[in-house]
Amino acid sequence: MKYFLTNIIFLISLALISQTNISGIVLEQSSADSEIVLPGANVYWMNTTEGVITNLDGEFTISNSGNYTNLIISYVGFKSDTINIENQNFIKHYLKPESTLDAVNIKAISKTSSVSYLTSQNIINVSSEELLKAACCNLSESFETNPSIDVNFTDAITGVKQIQMLGLTSPYILITTENIPTIRGASQTYGLSFIPGTWVESLQITKGAGSVVNGYESISGQINAELQKPNSDLPLFFNTYLNTMGKLELNTHFNTKISNKLSTGLYFHFNNNDESHDTNQDGFLDLPLSKQINFLNRWQYTNLEKGLVGFFNLRYLEDEKQSGEVDFDPELHRLTTNYWGSEVSTERFDTSIKFAYVNPDITYQTVGFQLAYSDHSQNSYFGLNQYDISHQSIFSNIIYNSILGDTRHKIKTGINFNSDRYKENVVNSFYTAIISPNDYATEFINNDRSENSIGVIFEYNFDNLNNLNLTAGIRADEHNKMGTFITPRFHLRYTPVEKSVIRLSFGRGKRMANIFAENQNLFATTREIILPTDDLKYEDAWNYGVSFLQKFNLFNSKAELVFDYYYTNFMNQVVVDWENPFEISFYNLEGKSYASSFQSQFNYYISENIDLKLAYKLYDVKTDYNSGSLRKPMTPKERVFFNFSVNSNVNENKSQWKFDTTFNWIGEQRYSNRIPENTTSIIPVYQAPTPDFTTVNAQLTRVFSEKFEFYIGAENLTNTKQKNPIFMSEDPFIQGFDTTFVYGPIFGSMYYAGLRFKIY
Amino acid sequence: MIKYILISVLISLSPIDQNSNAKANFRVDGVCGMCKERIENSTIKLKGVKFSKWNNSTNKISLIYNEKKIKLNDIHKFIAELGHDTEKVIATDKAYNSLDPCCKYRDPNVVKNHQ
Repeated sequence: MKYFLTNIIFLISLALISQTNISGIVLEQSSADSEIVLPGANVYWMNTTEGVITNLDGEFTISNSGNYTNLIISYVGFKSDTINIENQNFIKHYLKPESTLDAVNIKAISKTSSVSYLTSQNIINVSSEELLKAACCNLSESFETNPSIDVNFTDAITGVKQIQMLGLTSPYILITTENIPTIRGASQTYGLSFIPGTWVESLQITKGAGSVVNGYESISGQINAELQKPNSDLPLFFNTYLNTMGKLELNTHFNTKISNKLSTGLYFHFNNNDESHDTNQDGFLDLPLSKQINFLNRWQYTNLEKGLVGFFNLRYLEDEKQSGEVDFDPELHRLTTNYWGSEVSTERFDTSIKFAYVNPDITYQTVGFQLAYSDHSQNSYFGLNQYDISHQSIFSNIIYNSILGDTRHKIKTGINFNSDRYKENVVNSFYTAIISPNDYATEFINNDRSENSIGVIFEYNFDNLNNLNLTAGIRADEHNKMGTFITPRFHLRYTPVEKSVIRLSFGRGKRMANIFAENQNLFATTREIILPTDDLKYEDAWNYGVSFLQKFNLFNSKAELVFDYYYTNFMNQVVVDWENPFEISFYNLEGKSYASSFQSQFNYYISENIDLKLAYKLYDVKTDYNSGSLRKPMTPKERVFFNFSVNSNVNENKSQWKFDTTFNWIGEQRYSNRIPENTTSIIPVYQAPTPDFTTVNAQLTRVFSEKFEFYIGAENLTNTKQKNPIFMSEDPFIQGFDTTFVYGPIFGSMYYAGLRFKIY
Repeated sequence: MIKYILISVLISLSPIDQNSNAKANFRVDGVCGMCKERIENSTIKLKGVKFSKWNNSTNKISLIYNEKKIKLNDIHKFIAELGHDTEKVIATDKAYNSLDPCCKYRDPNVVKNHQ
């Protein structure tokens, strides 16, 4: 009905104006009942230069000097309309937003997760619809239905899930929220669990080197999370979630328009788990007791008339985790050998401001500016080990977009500034045979440091508008620890025949390793930390990739085949060596280290409501350790992924059923060496690889109406469990105690239910 | 070295001569996505044309071009040579006939089919 109203002119009253003047008001046609005026809209006579702009109340008066009959009303972001003027009546005209129209058109063909067809980079878009398929709980679970990212546990204590891409762990992935690097430094290990799932609007996953614009740190890929925006998110959203492990989650969003140009949103997240579970009866909690309060306030400013868009964000977070032996009481047993226990408490504050200016006359000229500050502090202990870190970080960039000659040649150029200040204190209590296997020694490590860098960015994009698109980027940075260096990156997309896409990419990445922050699972052991006598160098790697995508029709439905191969070659790496079961060593790579990853995927969109994804992955990740060239421990060699989702048709009252299920088969993994050095009798069990295993997740959602939906789901339906995830759990204060040999789920099946309530 | 790059970036940000960013907006007849592709992809390749977008529903083309390198009349002529009538220049029958069947905007039936 609204659609038909678009071009109807309401003739309301005869205005008391001179005979040659026409007056009117221009309004936005919105779904709400309220009327929004459009200040700054262009109103002009067709084929003339005579025109006016509407005032702050959306009103205009235009004189008719000739006998013009066609009046054009236009506004950036809206469909232009031509009105036939026959008399001097007051005009009330509604403009229809262009985006509304596009959204309707795209919806029929959009997939919840799709490999982009047109960009030169290999980007996978994950929409909010796809994110709902794994309803729990934060960003680390958002990847469960995506085969390009692997989710693993790091240890049997903290319940932390770590993501991997192309066989490399998350430190080698640049993770940004709205293009500001967020999960890095101190937040590397737990950061994914600090972004609640409902806050995420969509995800963009780039495989391979990626763009130079967001930094030099990405090596295996980039993940960007777009958060909910006050302007487009619902006025009120409420979600609650409860699972059989006793975890409760609450999410609320409030969004309001303060004026035409300014909107604000308050987003609140709370989760709590205070039930103890020890299903494998090793005396240790299967999952930590935890509590998180997370609060975000966003301000969005949109001035289309001047081409300005801005955001201001404030975020505060508090997170507490307690784990270890079931009988551990932090008040009584903290840092004693009565019971083994651990507490991790984190406090984080983030603020950022960003502005984009689009030249309203020349829309291909834009300037973007971002400034972000974060303050992260973590205090923790694991048994007798203690780890405290505080990290203040500033990130800023200014990027200018324009063209060279014409819009087939686009350029981006800008400046990027980064500053990190770390205060890090480690108390390493390790058991050593030199004293006695039952007695420990203590070492204090202080690792305070500052890192600063400034760089210039240049990126060129060429699109021949037919079958070739390439992006070549380069940045030069000056870093107080890494010196001056150049980061080149190149991406190319070529379509030899219709529906086929070939992509090539190569690029370099460099980063400073944060050895403790990235490997916090080492503290939940009794290993001795061995640091090299010389300094640890920066990490430096090249990534090369090739991918092929073929679209075709199979039994009259759309299907896609995707093959990709990526190879990451480390020029230098900070090697994390777990091969001595009583030690963990960090040293500079001598020799070779590489990760090769092959993925084949079949996507089949059987109908509008049914689709399936099937993927097979093969990894070869090897590093030259001091003890020889070995496969990276706890990294599966093979993985099979299958996802099937089916929705019922949407009824008139908007009710619908949605179902989806994910099957994963994880191949065998290599344990790091568990044989004590002086053991003469070789125990075969120590040398065997991990068994392969299967997990199945499923979720059913009932949408009752636009406003209310309910979901139930199950994780790990096959009840797969690793029997003894904690090595020497019977005596945690002895040489050899280790919680890092985790290859699979620690707890069995878990069921959950939740609801979403929305007000439009 | 970084300083020099910074300076050159700042210079490239400085304002651009008005003449070289002339704007034009006029009617070009056409009906479908194929027309859009032809109109946009051909005009952007003209020397001096920097930006070209044709709106399917309003039949209007938006151009940004360098007046020193190309005259607006020549752009009109060029589009007519492709087979599309513009506000100022009508395409010859020969040019019009060379269009794909789905682009025959003078045929009311074709126009109707696209609505």
